[in-house]
Amino acid sequence: MNRVYLDFNATTPVEPEVLDAMLPYFSAEFANAASIHTPGQKARAAVETAREKVAALIGARPQEIVFTSGGTESDNHAIFGIVAASSGAKQNEAALGGSAANRATENGKHIITTAIEHEAVLNACQALEKHGVRVTYLPVDREGQIDLDQLRRAICPETVLISIMHANNELGAVQPLAAIGRIAAEADVYLHTDAVQSAGKIPIDVNALGVDLLSISGHKLYAPKGIGALYVRGGTRVRQLLYGGHHQRGFRPGTENVAGIVGLGKAAEMARMSLADDARRISALRDGLQQGLLELVPHSRVNGGRAARTPNTTNLVFPGVEGEALLIALDLKGLACSTGAACSSGAVEPSHVLTAIGLPAEEARASLRFSLGRHTTSADIDFALNVVPAAVAQLRELSPTYRKEATANR
Amino acid sequence: MNGTVTQFDILPDRAETHRGLIAVAMSGGVDSSTVAALLQLQGRAVVGLTMQLWNQRRLPELQGTGPAQHRCCSLDDVYDAKSVAQHLNFPHYVVNFEEQFEARVVRPFVDHYLAGRTPIACTNCNTDVKFEPLLRMARQIGAEGLATGHYARIRKNDETSRWELVRARDDSKDQSYFLWGLTQEQLCRSEFPLGELTKEEVRALARRVNLPVAEKPESMELCFVPSGSYVQFIQAYSRESGIPLQDGGGEIVNENNEVVGRHNGVHNFTIGQRKGLGFAAGKPLYVLSIDPEKNRVVVGEDDGLRKTTCEVQGVNWISIEEPEAPLRASVKIRHKHEPAFAAVEPLDANRARVTFDAPQRAITPGQAAVFYDRDRVLGGGWIL
Repeated sequence: MNRVYLDFNATTPVEPEVLDAMLPYFSAEFANAASIHTPGQKARAAVETAREKVAALIGARPQEIVFTSGGTESDNHAIFGIVAASSGAKQNEAALGGSAANRATENGKHIITTAIEHEAVLNACQALEKHGVRVTYLPVDREGQIDLDQLRRAICPETVLISIMHANNELGAVQPLAAIGRIAAEADVYLHTDAVQSAGKIPIDVNALGVDLLSISGHKLYAPKGIGALYVRGGTRVRQLLYGGHHQRGFRPGTENVAGIVGLGKAAEMARMSLADDARRISALRDGLQQGLLELVPHSRVNGGRAARTPNTTNLVFPGVEGEALLIALDLKGLACSTGAACSSGAVEPSHVLTAIGLPAEEARASLRFSLGRHTTSADIDFALNVVPAAVAQLRELSPTYRKEATANR
Repeated sequence: MNGTVTQFDILPDRAETHRGLIAVAMSGGVDSSTVAALLQLQGRAVVGLTMQLWNQRRLPELQGTGPAQHRCCSLDDVYDAKSVAQHLNFPHYVVNFEEQFEARVVRPFVDHYLAGRTPIACTNCNTDVKFEPLLRMARQIGAEGLATGHYARIRKNDETSRWELVRARDDSKDQSYFLWGLTQEQLCRSEFPLGELTKEEVRALARRVNLPVAEKPESMELCFVPSGSYVQFIQAYSRESGIPLQDGGGEIVNENNEVVGRHNGVHNFTIGQRKGLGFAAGKPLYVLSIDPEKNRVVVGEDDGLRKTTCEVQGVNWISIEEPEAPLRASVKIRHKHEPAFAAVEPLDANRARVTFDAPQRAITPGQAAVFYDRDRVLGGGWIL
């Protein structure tokens, strides 16, 4: 079967060049980057070269890059690490009496985040709430944008962290991070951003944006799964999450995933080189897909299309359709896309992001996300424009609610 | 998958006319998994759908009441269904029907118990979930119908042009009692490939094609109450949903309205129940009726349980059109009831009166009366 993949926000393939760069580090160059001997030094050199490349992608210094297991670890490290290290817990830090004792002193601390964050941020915040941390979840408008005045008003003397995602995975909506960075700096509050969906898609300069911590995931930018990075601005006080050896200055122990790190480095380098070209070409294809679907599928609308977006993402609502059924129908025809967030069993649950931009539950469930990648072709878009309208029509034909609505509108 | 299975080539001819994609409702158990295998052996293109119906973590106080693998919609069951699909190499999806299941099955189940009735959740699930939104989804994704692991048969009657529901060949496994609510539209889009097989044949086929679930034990309990303790479930669910429970208790009275004891909520009782009611004059006492308005349970001797008539509502006619005159049928009033001859008299489009030739024991409101003509299900209704 001809298969077209338009779900690159879920994950991307490892680029052949990335794989080639990685392969030696599984066998020939297998040494531990922490070893003193020559093979170890070669592995160390590869890790440090990769660190430079990742730093270059986001305008950081290499020593500000910590390699992690992925976006979720990076987000957790930033959030738990900042809260634990922030003043208020200071007097207890010396005691090091285990996490429970530390968290007991976190009463009264305050975090600001948004209602549309990834679960890695939302659930970390919710876990902290159980330990007495107060969390403000900023609402977003219909385009998925936060209100800067609301952010300003939410800051209080107890605020220890602002964590606001750069680009949203479901809508592609890009937050005004530079403005947010200025607000955070004025208030002298640390700013973390989950840049998992923006890194490699839009330019990032941590200094221009004014962020103190930034999360990256390898598999969203053509590196493998299981590798990620956390940018930590020099001088930022962050409690470590894991305890072990003195890898990565003891801040993130665990034998370094050399092959993964090399892959992330190569992928970051490739992303930096092709970012502008990719963005131009992919956004043209995305716009073509979006425009075509709006024309070919009656009553379809774009969710959050009027504000800044990543160039590869479009999210559309097809009223009268169960997104879950449409997703399956399309998959059976060879088109892979996405709806909402998957839960543990694989069943689809209504998206908190679409609910947050004000979509009623039935429209949230009637929405589909198409996310394009570096190798998406115009033939892929033609295929989608061929199968989606037919599938939507077939679903609507069998939908009791849509037929009723259509009759009522007549 | 090259083996021929001639001994199983005994399915209805209908399969011959169906050549498009068929969806299989897969619970992860051996029956529905074997359905998928069987249809594939017949050369059908299969897509598996597993419904996510209930989140066991929702009622944490019920946690630990049973081994995890016996819980409804446990991840284990989903993985089992997935592994069968992988083994047989057809597409499989988990689909979320938690909202519909709660609104159409769980909530009514609890409401019925609190109103002193004894509901059949499986019938609601069949009529209002499996053969409604799931069947619709099957068709929306391009399948021509839905096959399930039910032990029952569907036949087209060429004379009447109606789709008929027929008992399973394996009488001990027959599930036609739970399917009386299906409409013509639902039946014509459904397939029950196990209706012609015995349980032993199903297991044998499962082993023969090396299904990973071939030796999986059967689940006997209601899927969302795996512990079997309805009372515990009703209490936990009611508390969570803010449904008032009259667990302060009420009176147990005899047929002469004399108070003989106290009870702790009508949802603890079902008609014909004996356990825990004590004795009167050396004879065992049974629940004869439940009066939720007065919060009373009426008890008496076994004789008091025997009745000749009942009324049913929500009547659905399957193998015949709605009759204008009373008709004879053998009527089954609970799953394990031996059908008894009766006259079924339609009262209006929705209701009928059933008059048995001989008194029946414990005709229970909330259960279904299903009308049979030998093997054919004529129709059925809910006992009032």
